[in-house]
Amino acid sequence: MEIVRILHFLAGFAIMASIYAIFSLGLNVHWGQTGLFNIGIAGFFAIGAYTTALVTSPLPTGELANYVEQAFGLNMPFLVGVIAAGLVSGILAIFIGIPTLRLCGDYLAIATIGIAVTIQRVFNNERWLANGPQGMVGLKKPLGDLVAPNLYNFVYLAIVVVILVVIYYAVERGIRSPWGRVLRAIREDEVVTQSAGKDVFLFKMQSLVFGAVIMGIGGALYAHNVRAIQPSVFNPLFGTFIIWIMLILGGSGNNKGAILGAFVVWAIWSGTGYLIDQVIPVTWAARAPFIRLLVIGLLLVGILLSRPQGILGEEKQVSRMM
Amino acid sequence: MVELTGYGIVLGSIIALGAIGLTLIYGIARFGNFAHGELMTLGAYFALFLTVWIFPALGLSETRLGSLSFGWPMLLSFIPIMLIVGGVAVLIDKLVYRRLRNLKVGAVMLAISALAMAFVLRSLIYIGWGPDFHFYSPGLRPMLELPLGLKLRPDQIFIIVVSWGMVGGLYVFLQRTKMGKALRAMADNRDLARISGIPTERMTTYAWIIGGGMAAAAGILLGIDSQVRPEMGWQLLLPLFAAVILGSIGNPYGALIGAMVIGIAQQVSTYWLPAAYKPAVAFIIMIFILLVRPKGIFGGS
Amino acid sequence: MSLLEFDNVVSGYGEMEILHGVSIRVDEGEIVSIIGPNGAGKSTLVKTVFGLLNTWEGNITFTDEDITGFSPEQIVRKGVSYVPQVDNTFSSLTVQENLEMGAYIRDDDFRPRIEEIYELFPDIEDRRRTRVDKLSGGMRQMVALGRALMLDPQMLLLDEPSAGLAPLVVDMIFDRINAINQQGVTLLIIEQNARKALENSDRGYVLVDGKNRLDGLGPELLADKQIGELFLGK
Repeated sequence: MEIVRILHFLAGFAIMASIYAIFSLGLNVHWGQTGLFNIGIAGFFAIGAYTTALVTSPLPTGELANYVEQAFGLNMPFLVGVIAAGLVSGILAIFIGIPTLRLCGDYLAIATIGIAVTIQRVFNNERWLANGPQGMVGLKKPLGDLVAPNLYNFVYLAIVVVILVVIYYAVERGIRSPWGRVLRAIREDEVVTQSAGKDVFLFKMQSLVFGAVIMGIGGALYAHNVRAIQPSVFNPLFGTFIIWIMLILGGSGNNKGAILGAFVVWAIWSGTGYLIDQVIPVTWAARAPFIRLLVIGLLLVGILLSRPQGILGEEKQVSRMM
Repeated sequence: MVELTGYGIVLGSIIALGAIGLTLIYGIARFGNFAHGELMTLGAYFALFLTVWIFPALGLSETRLGSLSFGWPMLLSFIPIMLIVGGVAVLIDKLVYRRLRNLKVGAVMLAISALAMAFVLRSLIYIGWGPDFHFYSPGLRPMLELPLGLKLRPDQIFIIVVSWGMVGGLYVFLQRTKMGKALRAMADNRDLARISGIPTERMTTYAWIIGGGMAAAAGILLGIDSQVRPEMGWQLLLPLFAAVILGSIGNPYGALIGAMVIGIAQQVSTYWLPAAYKPAVAFIIMIFILLVRPKGIFGGS
Repeated sequence: MSLLEFDNVVSGYGEMEILHGVSIRVDEGEIVSIIGPNGAGKSTLVKTVFGLLNTWEGNITFTDEDITGFSPEQIVRKGVSYVPQVDNTFSSLTVQENLEMGAYIRDDDFRPRIEEIYELFPDIEDRRRTRVDKLSGGMRQMVALGRALMLDPQMLLLDEPSAGLAPLVVDMIFDRINAINQQGVTLLIIEQNARKALENSDRGYVLVDGKNRLDGLGPELLADKQIGELFLGK
């Protein structure tokens, strides 16, 4: 059944794109709405993934225990893992926010890079935590027994889409509320907003945590999709940079743009991957990923120079009170 | 422990060259150059290119200078490489950053574009040279036993001398020359500099040349000390920024001190922590400073 | 002869119009003050003269040359210097360095000029090598004036020179302003301190809500009843 196979493959594509869409929505809360310069998305991504891994996996027993080390394993269901991922990510955001949110944007940026790098290195080095460089495998497959394995993508896609829709509406509500207006005011001019009597630090912290929770959930969904995670995955390219490109390309400050950007960029990334593998001579095969990296980097610079507002541009938030 | 401190001084000196350039660019071009690490890497790879391809082709002497691991061709290539990388930095500024600034995209977009350029440069290096690491010259380098229990290689003493020499040269430039003072004036009060007729665009170009040049030198020194790898500059980005923040953004002398603190702290930390955590140490120090004294050692700038 | 003519100028910030067609004239050798309530557009006027703000309508002429639309870099080379109200020194540089920076675009030997400035402001002479951020408010203001004078300008634009200074210091600053004028520099001053400004001016303009309200000779305006009520607290 060729069609089913193709559709299944496309569903796989859609799953990753949707997960990245969730990250983009989170970044939209941080950067699009509040102007927070978060270049450590990979940190929240990783924490979400590892939290759900540790919460939903059992402790290794028997033979396995000789090869796999794990700090704990609560063997909880999928949903508990996802929620825990969001919570822990949110708590991490509070820790980063306290020293940095009162200062100008670049400090937050460096702090977020620092956290992302530190988390990656901790999980890589502390084998007792989550098995170090080899990472954790065999993560839970929610509703795994519902269909045959070669049809499972459809099931997981449905789960991811439901969560994406919920998050989308949550962010939309936030954006169109008075709270959202304050965030945008902060993005425009912090000083003016502060003198208008708003506690800028509190609003920024709320935005940071909200976005982080979303990113943590994204990380959890990623983990249960690939069902095997290693520290090397959560690197600046896949975990941070690509999400920025998605939001900028789609339209920063725009929820629909975030989702659109995620799908478009993931398509470009997957597409170029396939193309380059076909086109490139064998001797250059090792360079292939870096050629993609070059293309992606130039793409971003190109967008910024030609159409910085992205495809959809920023949505004008019309007040209901007009 | 003394050994670690000694190596920390070497590392700190290398970081200092990078951090001083970074802080100058902060003060004058007014943005955080997230591609600064790549300027270092570029310098190291230019030197590699010369060492592996050009020097042998020109039949230049391979004799080492004294107990250093390289000969005079490498020594003479410092300044040309610094100028070339400085030129690359200016080019990127003109092609990308200035145009974005004119489009008024905002500070964050500008920083993201720098991040993008970092990826572009790094990928070009990967494509050109591949992911392996290289050495300028093979072979073991013996340690010298110095007083106070310090153990340093002759190369490392060279690194300290050259770094501090450059820093000294920059000091004289900033304090004694008209252009140097104008750069300090611009970093201090850009509007007033403009009002006084100081050519701010041209000064920005000079800042990029100096910043890029010093980064290139740092990269070559790093390559001499360890190896030449595509990630070498990127991995120093966090310590670079930590040093700049510690020393107060825009203050070159602060950056020097910040770099020494970070360098020594990172090395000494390996007594207790695995080496992989060195960037985390820089990060923790930076967070600590942000909590305690956010404007850095030298307060407002 | 008229040095500066500011003719029916409309200008503002961003999309906000502040000056709605203002005209002033400054003759050679004069001290002219612009006074008025906060938000009247006094600062906007001076910034427009110096090219820091765009002129939307109207003309600006200096020594019979149309300088409308010129940039600050061009205007400073025509012989006009500007002293902003705040952040008017390079505070991390020394007094001497501030003066040197003031002379940046000169390509002659300006050391005699530096000595002339020190003669004008003897208080800062023995602080040549002191960082400006370690000086008192009054001395900083002197450095600010000195920096602007390094180019031997024909006209000096001062934005609230007495702002934030103690009364005795204000007296000293205006005394120095007169000395500068004696040396042949024409001055256009905007001031909150209306009394002090008018006492030391040949002529004055009153600006309210971005429009000309009144103008006349200094002593006249000082004696004027309206002004007295509005600004001099009578």
